[in-house]
Amino acid sequence: MTSEQAPPSRPVPVPDEASLPFFDAAARGVLLIKHCAACSRYMAPQAEFCDRCLTDGIEWREASGRGTIYSFIINHQVGHLGFAAVVPYNIVVVELAEGPRLMSNYVGANEELVVDMAVQVVFEAVGDVVVPKWGRA
Amino acid sequence: MIHHAKSAVVGLGISDVGKVYGRSAASFALQAIDRALEDSGLRKEQVDGLLMQNGIAQPGIGLQLQNQAGLKNLRLVNHMNVMGATPASMVQYATMAIQNGMAGCVICVFADAPLQDPGARSSAAMNFARGARQQPTGWASLDAHIGQLNPNAGYAMAARRHMALYGTTSEQLGAIAVSTRAWAVTNPIAQFRTPITIEDHQASRFIAEPFHLLDCCLISNGAVAVIVTGKERVADLKSKPAYVLAMAQGFTGNSRRAGDTHDYMTGATIARDTLYGQIGITAQDIDVCELYDCYTYTTLVTLEDYGFCAKGEGGPFVEDGKLGPGGSLPTNTGGGELSAFYLWGMTPLSEGVIQARGSGGDRQVEKHDLVLVTGNGGMLDYHASLILSPNAA
Repeated sequence: MTSEQAPPSRPVPVPDEASLPFFDAAARGVLLIKHCAACSRYMAPQAEFCDRCLTDGIEWREASGRGTIYSFIINHQVGHLGFAAVVPYNIVVVELAEGPRLMSNYVGANEELVVDMAVQVVFEAVGDVVVPKWGRA
Repeated sequence: MIHHAKSAVVGLGISDVGKVYGRSAASFALQAIDRALEDSGLRKEQVDGLLMQNGIAQPGIGLQLQNQAGLKNLRLVNHMNVMGATPASMVQYATMAIQNGMAGCVICVFADAPLQDPGARSSAAMNFARGARQQPTGWASLDAHIGQLNPNAGYAMAARRHMALYGTTSEQLGAIAVSTRAWAVTNPIAQFRTPITIEDHQASRFIAEPFHLLDCCLISNGAVAVIVTGKERVADLKSKPAYVLAMAQGFTGNSRRAGDTHDYMTGATIARDTLYGQIGITAQDIDVCELYDCYTYTTLVTLEDYGFCAKGEGGPFVEDGKLGPGGSLPTNTGGGELSAFYLWGMTPLSEGVIQARGSGGDRQVEKHDLVLVTGNGGMLDYHASLILSPNAA
């Protein structure tokens, strides 16, 4: 039987060893970032080393979930067919109260976005995974 | 004032460029090398160094290029990568090797072949869109989920921040698109040669707001090769030289946390002082700019970072059209990556060589004693620059 293939859906995050604690915490409604106790320094969840003391002695720590919009874009290009029904969609860089900048999506209307506006983390279920996103504070 | 030369670019070869299908990156590279040798008057046997960079083509060019080009008994070979800053960097490393007696005559070549025949209806982007690219895992899969799929987002994000900080407008970015296209009109090998207006820019579809289509560079297949040699060998050659008077690099780093400013104060702010300091000049002494322009914003931020105007004043600086033909600061005179062809750092370098040698034909800038060439790579992470000139002591 021949039939039209269903269009691919929006990519779903696939946690791996390095990112599993982040996604597990998100499923509990907690935003985790990295922290170097020796340097009292917060880093993005992706960090594997402290860029100050140059060690890997950094650990997960719960973030406040508060931040501001450092910058944002409204993407119109369908770079993956899973976004065909989603465009135009936003991508935001949020500067956390703790300092690190994270990239994600704002869950409100694109038109609401303003640089430096205050935002609060929200948790969005995507398939079997929960992803930290951002809403108006 | 006549400055001392560090080296000289004595050959330039540009392959067929643009929507040229069915050829490999190596095929373009060999054509560019052949044309650069012909241009220089050098025989292949006189070359003793080969520096190369591949774009995104797979398979692209690599260390096998020496044998593909039939280059024997070389004294310097490397496959280099600081992304779009590589071509200017290759000229710098070639110059340092020549100054230190490691090599006498070095070919620097970049090649890429990302475009596929549209008959196959499978551009690289569409291959990914159809899922042909492997589903990423881990953090890369988070990027894919949020829709961060290509470089547009990072540069558009930087432009948005600049707009918020300084009031820069989309129309001001549009002025760069318009002036760059006006130059392309006079470049026979430019891919886009139809003049555009600010209205055309504003009416072009959004790619990643604040970027319209006409804020973004095109995509090209092709290769460019330049040949670098010592200034003392110039007299023996038939070609006009573009002397390398100054050369610099700059890398701010990106901490990805509060306080980082690399998106609007790029590595150019570091390279600038090295570059100008080598020959005791300021921005006001530069006659022609050939700036890496993957996006209109890249031109704007580079002009600010090289001190042509104060930080944040790039928008008002460009909006009067001074970058275009007849303007007070001729910039991207071949049409740049926005309108001519996108061969990474070779686009500004090749046009810089053309202008410095006075071989620009209809688009030649009359006063071209000091030509600034910049390369930029990553998300404004990597930067390299040169000052080229027809004159040197």
